[in-house]
Amino acid sequence: MTLQVIAAILLALALAYLYSNLAANLRAAGLNISFAFLGSSAGYDINQTLIEYDSQASNFRAAIVGILNTLLVAFLACITATVLGVLAGVLRLSNNWLVRKLMAVYVEIFRNIPILIWIIIIFTIMTAVMPGARAYLGEDPERGLLGGLFAFTNRGVYTPAPIFTTGFGGAEGSGLNWLLVIAALVASFFGTRFMTARADKIQGETGVRPNTFFVNLAIWFVPLIILAFLLGLSWDMPDPLANRFNLRGGIQIGAPLIALWLALSVYTGAFIAENVRAGIQAVSKGQTEAAAALGIRPRRVMSLVVLPQALRVIIPPLISQYLNITKNSSLAIAVGYADVTATLGGITLNQTGRAIECVLLLMAFYLIISLSISAVMNVYNNSMKLKER
Amino acid sequence: MSDTHEHSVAFVRTTDIEQQPAPSNAAGPVKWMRDNLFATWPNALLTVASAYVIYLILTATLPWILGGLWNTSSLAECREVLQGKSAACFSVLTDRWNQLLFGFKYPSEFYWRPTLALVLMFFALAPVLFFDLPRKLLIMTLLYPFVAYWLIWGGTIWVPVFALLGFIAGYFVYARFVAQNFALGFFGGVAAAAVVWYVAGFVVSMLAPESPLLASVPSRDLGGFMLNMMLGLTCVSLSIPLGIALALGRQSSMPLIKWMCVVFIEFIRGVPLITLLFVASVMLAYFFPPDATVDLFLRVVIMITIFSAAYIAEVVRGGLAALPKGQYEAADSLGLDYAQAMRLIILPQALKISIPGIVNIAVGLFKDTTLVSVISMFDLVGMIRGPILASTDWNGVYWELLGFAAVLFFVVCYGISQYSQWLERRLATDHR
Repeated sequence: MTLQVIAAILLALALAYLYSNLAANLRAAGLNISFAFLGSSAGYDINQTLIEYDSQASNFRAAIVGILNTLLVAFLACITATVLGVLAGVLRLSNNWLVRKLMAVYVEIFRNIPILIWIIIIFTIMTAVMPGARAYLGEDPERGLLGGLFAFTNRGVYTPAPIFTTGFGGAEGSGLNWLLVIAALVASFFGTRFMTARADKIQGETGVRPNTFFVNLAIWFVPLIILAFLLGLSWDMPDPLANRFNLRGGIQIGAPLIALWLALSVYTGAFIAENVRAGIQAVSKGQTEAAAALGIRPRRVMSLVVLPQALRVIIPPLISQYLNITKNSSLAIAVGYADVTATLGGITLNQTGRAIECVLLLMAFYLIISLSISAVMNVYNNSMKLKER
Repeated sequence: MSDTHEHSVAFVRTTDIEQQPAPSNAAGPVKWMRDNLFATWPNALLTVASAYVIYLILTATLPWILGGLWNTSSLAECREVLQGKSAACFSVLTDRWNQLLFGFKYPSEFYWRPTLALVLMFFALAPVLFFDLPRKLLIMTLLYPFVAYWLIWGGTIWVPVFALLGFIAGYFVYARFVAQNFALGFFGGVAAAAVVWYVAGFVVSMLAPESPLLASVPSRDLGGFMLNMMLGLTCVSLSIPLGIALALGRQSSMPLIKWMCVVFIEFIRGVPLITLLFVASVMLAYFFPPDATVDLFLRVVIMITIFSAAYIAEVVRGGLAALPKGQYEAADSLGLDYAQAMRLIILPQALKISIPGIVNIAVGLFKDTTLVSVISMFDLVGMIRGPILASTDWNGVYWELLGFAAVLFFVVCYGISQYSQWLERRLATDHR
């Protein structure tokens, strides 16, 4: 008890000391703590935005653009890192010696070199090795578009853009169209979940599992096709002839985004590979043998016996790797990708001089993300915990 | 028997057949290849595909590396010599070797000082890493920080000497009182050290000679890989004790202390290191007394240390939680107080479990020291991206420089992780 009182007093003293220093320093510099700068015009351009933005928009909107960009690259990297990591992790356990060693080399190389160096290396590949946009221009270009669709330039990759000609907002288009598509996808997801549950139930009652593959395929694609017709989907192609200096049309995925995305994927993929390998190895051999003794076929042993038990071990570290991706995406500032660290913590901070406010907001954003992901993880861990007695 | 044979068998061998070697497809390299490379059709395809990938990588890189030039003075000269051939221009490494290692401001006549500090580091680390060595060598480890500080920063020798004296005084007070009460010994030791340092503050300014033995070098002149090593080593060694303290605090039964540690750990783990470095570079100055100027190196060390301490705390907490409850109860039933139980029973076992995790954090921390280049400190990556690639001589030599940085980090980090695996095997005292 005495120790706690001492600790409380020390903590209060330390906080008071820091606060008095802060107040004195701010007074000396003629500053105050105020978040009014968020409302004022940002005055800088951002080349990759998900929502409408121009240099007249407020600092707050710039921060939102940054947040969305952070979430975008984190989301993309989570998907590719998982695919890469699971693949490499499974292949590390392959009975093919060469593949096993190759994957070990991949994991060791990417785990032991700082991510910052990987980001810079991939960004350099993007900018120094890829041809300029000029190579794709004109009647008879040096290089053709890949399949007539994609152009890989040193500024980024150009891909066809879907546009909705008869949807909401007319030819200009509007975010509502995309919301509809997302809603359709979510509905399809729950639809397939329902179909699978129904198949499980029928199998439980009759012992025969109805084939769900084609039904699920239809649930995924039919709504999308209907929507495409209703909204008048058409594709905006990168056009070599529209402009003499740069490609026009399509979506430009900037080189910084691609560099960051790929670097985060391969770097984190190496860590995920180790988690996956450890998870599969954690399932004791007796489980596989018991399943075989019950007469379950080898392929179903993996999906019914090994994987469900391995996932229990794999998923918690996997989620913390997702957290790491989100946190490491803050290195975007090194290649000039406009994530929240680069907008709010970089340009806005430097232009307004509001260091304390900007850094606090930045930390608050990352804290909210981290804490909400950990909350999800705790719920998952509790639901997956081995129920003993 | 022999009769029947005479009638039914035409020929009976009277000698043994000599032992034959196994058929070539059931032993030796052929068997190995059949088992490990071409077991099934898909497997064989996979083998061919990976062999092709390896071939592609080697044909792309090997001629480039082997044909590399080592002694030209600029990229333009390299291109002249190569005449359009594709080969590396490693001359940038030989030309800027010192800058890559020491940064571009460290006085060149003093390069021997950090080099000596690096050599001494191996002697200082040896007794910690390999505990078969005589324990008395630990004296060297304890002295090392002061020697290294003096070598790298220079200045009057009295600063490290008095810092050391403070620790010695603190230790003696601690040793005198710890038998009675751990808290008394600990806080007494801290107080004694503080008194010595306070007094030293006045004494040093009087004793400081006009021209010290080693000229003083300001910390903003540090750079290159030396800066990465210094940050890595300092922050790891500072964050391990801090992390253990935080982990114990989090396990504590006192709600206030537990709450403080939880908030601290979760806060630090929730934000990226780069925001903490922003705090160090733009915000921390506001929290120091108005007249104090704490240099950037120290501010960065503080932030990286608390960052990795939070992670180490979580690893150690895992180790503490993995110990069977019986160990805690056994310590209690022996009549040990909290400090004794922790020091003699709990921590030795918990730390042993946590070693792989702590080493992982240490490797991660060492890799993260490259982030200081973002707040414009010129570490290895900062040197490459800043002064070297921006110079007219070497503008455009990306692969050689980035490859060099990658190899340097790979060697150190891979070495550390191999050491940790060796240590794990060495410490495995359970019977399997």
